[in-house]
Amino acid sequence: MAEPAVTTHGLTRRFGNLTAVDHVDLTIPKACVYGFLGPNGSGKSTTIRMFCGLLKPTEGHAEVLGLRVPEDAEKLRTRIGYMTQRFSLYEDLSVVENLDFLDRVYRLPRSSRKSRIDNQLERFHLDDRRDQLAGTMSGGQKQRLALACATLHSPELLFLDEPTSAVDPESRREFWEFLFEMVDQGTTILVSTHFMDEAERCHQLAILDEGRLVAEGAPDTLKDNLGATVVEVAGDDSRAIHRRLMTLDAVYSASQLGTRLHVLVDPGVSAPEELIDAELKRAGLPATIRRVSPNLEDVFVMATLD
Amino acid sequence: MFSLARVFAIAHKEVLHLRRDRLTGGMIAGIPIIMTLLFGYAINQDVRHLRAAFLDLANTSGSRALVMDAQATQVVDIVARAKSDADMLAMLRRGDISVGIFIPPDFERRLADKTEPVAQLMVDGGDPIVLSAARGLMDLRIGIDKRDAAQQVHTFALRAFYNPERRSVVFIVPGLTGVILTLTMVLFTAIAIVRERERGNLELLITTPVQSLELMVGKILPYILIGYIQVSIILALGVWLFNVPVKGSLWDFYLAVGFFVTSTLTLGLMISTFAASQFQAFQMTFMTFLPQLLLSGYMFPFEGMPKAAQWIAEVFPLTHFLRIVRGIILRGAELGEMWHHMWPLAVFFAVMMSLAVLRFRKRLD
Repeated sequence: MAEPAVTTHGLTRRFGNLTAVDHVDLTIPKACVYGFLGPNGSGKSTTIRMFCGLLKPTEGHAEVLGLRVPEDAEKLRTRIGYMTQRFSLYEDLSVVENLDFLDRVYRLPRSSRKSRIDNQLERFHLDDRRDQLAGTMSGGQKQRLALACATLHSPELLFLDEPTSAVDPESRREFWEFLFEMVDQGTTILVSTHFMDEAERCHQLAILDEGRLVAEGAPDTLKDNLGATVVEVAGDDSRAIHRRLMTLDAVYSASQLGTRLHVLVDPGVSAPEELIDAELKRAGLPATIRRVSPNLEDVFVMATLD
Repeated sequence: MFSLARVFAIAHKEVLHLRRDRLTGGMIAGIPIIMTLLFGYAINQDVRHLRAAFLDLANTSGSRALVMDAQATQVVDIVARAKSDADMLAMLRRGDISVGIFIPPDFERRLADKTEPVAQLMVDGGDPIVLSAARGLMDLRIGIDKRDAAQQVHTFALRAFYNPERRSVVFIVPGLTGVILTLTMVLFTAIAIVRERERGNLELLITTPVQSLELMVGKILPYILIGYIQVSIILALGVWLFNVPVKGSLWDFYLAVGFFVTSTLTLGLMISTFAASQFQAFQMTFMTFLPQLLLSGYMFPFEGMPKAAQWIAEVFPLTHFLRIVRGIILRGAELGEMWHHMWPLAVFFAVMMSLAVLRFRKRLD
């Protein structure tokens, strides 16, 4: 097996009393889209910043492309790309000026500068925005520019910190097409997100909660090994249904997904639909009940159960 | 309806901001303390200890007594004995002394005559405060009252060099170049890096291969040019509007400006490594600007300050630049004669640049 892109051992980062990242052991393989899934404050950004050498681990260590961070971070600079969560390009510079600045900072060959920048503009559909100031662009355009800048120096490893949080669904789809294109060319991509549909697209997934790694694997594997049966319950008074079902020992959790409840039941129960149906009838709460296949939300809920 | 409760809610919130913002909190106490100390203690309009040299061509017991008497007033400190007329003028031009006491060979005859001054004070007229201090010396009594107090003849004749018309604008404008640059240069650079941090650009910039020194030097380069533009504007206005004479070489002047601007810019860089926001950078800039303005010798005479304040002032680039620029513009001194004011600027630059580069980490923690 090829050398992994990132490995961590007991990686921990504290800010005062707060443990943002708590003893995380990870192996991120090369040439795939690896996702960090977790709510805000789960330690996704802090972990990525440690990988980029921007924060020093309090405990444990991390190796990125075979180099220790932050000690060898400077040697990594030209090999990694980083797209920050907040738009970090110069808003008072035009699209081309931003690209040109980074091209010079990375000391990329001057003779091919123009064609390289033109290439990026075309690739990320920014050719008609060349001279527009970055600050005046829409969320989706800014994000494409940020990606164009982060990939200008053709990094082997790309860190994307919640790249699509300020972007409409159409732009998100397009953005993911760019990512898969790059992976096909051998780039490794680490992307953090709190969107389940984005997490579905990742080849591998790490689920983080309160700084801890609570689950890791391919999305399908994670769903297959959920360790619970999922029953979807739709009724008029979902709050009352929720309260009633949580009194059952066999029910791990019940969470609202749209108008329905996703109920996670002990897999040892042979007929979970009947169990729930009987309970709700006793309570006089009419509902339609059906078994469904697990989704990532269920995986996340299971992984973060107390 | 006007609500007092809302007013108090806002006032309370404001107090909370102040408690969180240590810098502003510190300035609440710090500014009055520093200003009172500066004005009350360091700034002394009563000028004493002007550096002086004498040339005694009479060399009689009376002439020696005159020099001793002048020294005894404490207005002047005799630091050198000039070998010749030219020697004394050179000392004056270099800024080594502010006052020259010239005693002519016919000192005793003049003393006996009682009709004309017995000696001459050669003064750097570019500095109005020195000029007025020297004026106080003109009627120095010699020995045990050999002369009638009612007599209208001065002991010393006063000769003001470099600014014979004694116009204060001549003195103010060259110094103003330094004062304005001290404010603008520090402010521009202090904000330059902080702005990147505030807008989130820094997080991207520090993940590129850019090195701290490259960033620092790159940040100050454009401002050196801006510094030259500002200096040229001030000097041009001074020459056209106020007839400030430019006695020395413009090349020397512009070379000195280069030294001064680069050293002042590094102070801004240093501030930018401390400040968390543009507003803090503003505050810190003014906190470094005020002592420079007050102690450099621009507003108040350097010689009037206590030794401790003078030592502090010797650190400031403005103090040295004022001496250089007055030397070149007003007294026609050459930069070569001013070397002892140039190297402190170079040292300041080297120290501040090193500190800024060392303090700036390519990390967020």
